[in-house]
Amino acid sequence: MTVIHHSHANDHSVPYAKRGPAPTNVLVGYGFWLYLLSDIIMFSAMFAAYAVLSSHTAGGPKGIDLFVKGDVLLETVFLLVSSFTCGIMGLASAAKNRNHTYWAALATFVLGAGFLILELQEFSHMVHEGAGPSRSAFLSAFFALVGLHGLHVFVGLVWLVVMMLQVKTIGFSDMVQRRLNCFNLFWHALDIVWIGVFTIVYLGAK
Amino acid sequence: MSDLINKRNHYDETHPATPGEIHDYKEGIQKYTIGLVLAAILTALSFWAADSASVWAPSMPALLAALAIGQMGVHLVFFLHISSGPESTNNILALCFGVFVVALVVFGSIIIMTNLNEHMLPMDQLMNIQIQR
Repeated sequence: MTVIHHSHANDHSVPYAKRGPAPTNVLVGYGFWLYLLSDIIMFSAMFAAYAVLSSHTAGGPKGIDLFVKGDVLLETVFLLVSSFTCGIMGLASAAKNRNHTYWAALATFVLGAGFLILELQEFSHMVHEGAGPSRSAFLSAFFALVGLHGLHVFVGLVWLVVMMLQVKTIGFSDMVQRRLNCFNLFWHALDIVWIGVFTIVYLGAK
Repeated sequence: MSDLINKRNHYDETHPATPGEIHDYKEGIQKYTIGLVLAAILTALSFWAADSASVWAPSMPALLAALAIGQMGVHLVFFLHISSGPESTNNILALCFGVFVVALVVFGSIIIMTNLNEHMLPMDQLMNIQIQR
């Protein structure tokens, strides 16, 4: 028994102050939301560092010479569509539809992995050309910001596999549903951070 | 006023979900599809505008920023299900505080570092002072 029944939680004749604690799924969602916001604040420090250092190329290669816009567009499409399939997975799991949940999770995983592979190819290509993170302040900030986002995507992929194993072994219990909901929020938040990355880093490259 | 309260109560009862949760499968897929289409249009506009010669160059940063903020809004509403309903109030308050801190960190850093750069001696003069010592 993980969910405590609160008789007044949704009773609107009772004022907010007297309704007692909110249901567990609301509390868990809110707590995870606060974590996401603090994560985004950490990203904002990386964005600030990048904005300050992006012109400090130390005579090395500039962003506009390094970045391939076609690859970035493909990465963006992968992440956007994976956000969509992840949402479908959330809906399917709320409807306790096992088949749809697995297929949507598989699509999310493949698209997320495709994004990571493209990003790693870009990184190794840059390092191979002598534009590694130690070349200039600009490149240090670039690898820190984009690498941190990529690391989050990697953690998300591991989490997704763990969640599918839980769906298989535990089933759609309230606990698993709450965790899937948190994963959904996490994956969508990563896509929001990526909007900032492609706009500031890639499209704004000089 | 009482109509508004009734409407909100009704909304709350049919959507007892936290952000990220919708119980009606078909309605949910519809909402995600609208979000995907809107986000795709905004992304396409961003990539097109960045390469386009028909956009007045000095306005480019403002245009890209507007498109990005618009797309973030689309993601928040259609993917994260942030709404104006009463069940979202706490999430929106936290979000506002988060946006405030992000703005402080980013714009504060940029303003301070630009100011320091402007007040720093050019590199050759700085080297000159060190040699004279």
